[in-house]
Amino acid sequence: MTAPHLLVHAHEDNVGVVVVEGLTAGTNMLCVVTEDNSDFHAAANQDVPIGHKIALKNLAVGDTVIKYGQDIGRVVAPIKMGDHVHTHNLKTKRW
Amino acid sequence: MDLSKKTVWAWRRDNGRVGIRNYVAILPLDDISNAACEAVAAHIQGTIALPHAYGRLQFGEDLELHFRTMIGTGANANVAACIVIGIEPGWTQKVVDGVAETGKPVAGFSIEGNGDIATVAAASRKAKEFVHWASEKVRVECPLTDIWIAAKCGESDTTTGLASCPTVGNMYDKLVPLGLYGCFGETSELTGAEHLCAARAVSPEIADKFMKTWSAYQNDVIEAHKTSDLSDSQPTKGNIAGGLTTIEEKALGNLEKIGKSVKFIDVLEPAEAPGRGAGLYFMDTSSAAAECCTLQAAAGYVLHIFPTGQGNVIGNPIMPVVKVTGNPKTARLMSEHIDVDVSGVVRRELTIDQAGDVLIDMIVRTANGRSTAAEALGHREFVMTKLYRSA
Repeated sequence: MTAPHLLVHAHEDNVGVVVVEGLTAGTNMLCVVTEDNSDFHAAANQDVPIGHKIALKNLAVGDTVIKYGQDIGRVVAPIKMGDHVHTHNLKTKRW
Repeated sequence: MDLSKKTVWAWRRDNGRVGIRNYVAILPLDDISNAACEAVAAHIQGTIALPHAYGRLQFGEDLELHFRTMIGTGANANVAACIVIGIEPGWTQKVVDGVAETGKPVAGFSIEGNGDIATVAAASRKAKEFVHWASEKVRVECPLTDIWIAAKCGESDTTTGLASCPTVGNMYDKLVPLGLYGCFGETSELTGAEHLCAARAVSPEIADKFMKTWSAYQNDVIEAHKTSDLSDSQPTKGNIAGGLTTIEEKALGNLEKIGKSVKFIDVLEPAEAPGRGAGLYFMDTSSAAAECCTLQAAAGYVLHIFPTGQGNVIGNPIMPVVKVTGNPKTARLMSEHIDVDVSGVVRRELTIDQAGDVLIDMIVRTANGRSTAAEALGHREFVMTKLYRSA
């Protein structure tokens, strides 16, 4: 199998994880869903470091970010599909 | 490979427990006895001093934890024999008596009225006897599952939940049903995955015990002392650099290390020895690496598996710590700290099942004597958990 750019834990997830170094804006990413090895393609809007997340759909402030099929926090700034998702637009619902 | 027939060469102690290292430990009861212990260890080759910061004027539950950690460390099957040095004889003898229950050689020395020099001389003479005795003990063939294996992750990133933690989980799924004692902890770091963790308890009673323990940590530790949303502490700066954004995301990755099918059979106090037979245990611990490892070693675990994303360098003086990473950048930039590289998982070159087998192979090699990266690099972090200020 060709090495993927982005791994997604579960089909219901709205973010995936960059697993290659030096990913650049505009890359047509090979994305693999680890729960069943299915794949799809998506474009990255920015340069995103390895380990960081990219949105798989548009998300509005107040939406819940889903990873592992679970709630990992709330959106605090608008996110477009392909955007880098991190502390600037996602916050914990705890603490 | 038929794992039920897999064996390792290790030391079976008088109480039946199996150790994979053969230390003569020089254990300070308290902070002010560190110098004497370090002097003995410098003098008598083949001994190891375990300096730490506490042991004076503690009381109540905190004092009980101190003794449990001291006695448990001396009693660990990786320790062949033990010298205890304290400022005064009363508490020193209490640790000596606790360790002696294992049947191993143990002797106590106190400094008050003797001074460091006479104490070091007497303790060195006894330590030398213990070294001769321990060095003649030979490894015997033992079932792999007689090795008690704990786990804790650190400097986690998103690859931890994709690769290194599921690798550890796969190992537990394979070995716990065959009779392994396993252990995970990190109470606060299950926040966001606590409902999934509770669902992995063996019974509603144990699930309830877990939820009470988790809630108490939330209320008594986090909520009682927090001054912010912990966004600089949990996740850590390193976690955030690695791409983890929230505690929920970190917790879901953390929980991957208990696998897909195995259930945990009890909830342990910090440093409490497991009491319900073979199986996976949850221990109430801090999520700080050295504190958690020290508590797990004091509970009797003789090997530690440590998944890391960004590259935590932790070791423990008496319990070998095996580092596993699924981050290809960390595997390349910090290769001297990594024992098992499972970054093939994120390239889809290696399945989790295959990665679990690679880890089990490294467990066997480490049990048989291979030095871990942390051992070779001299990492000996021994950090006592302190519950509150001393009297």
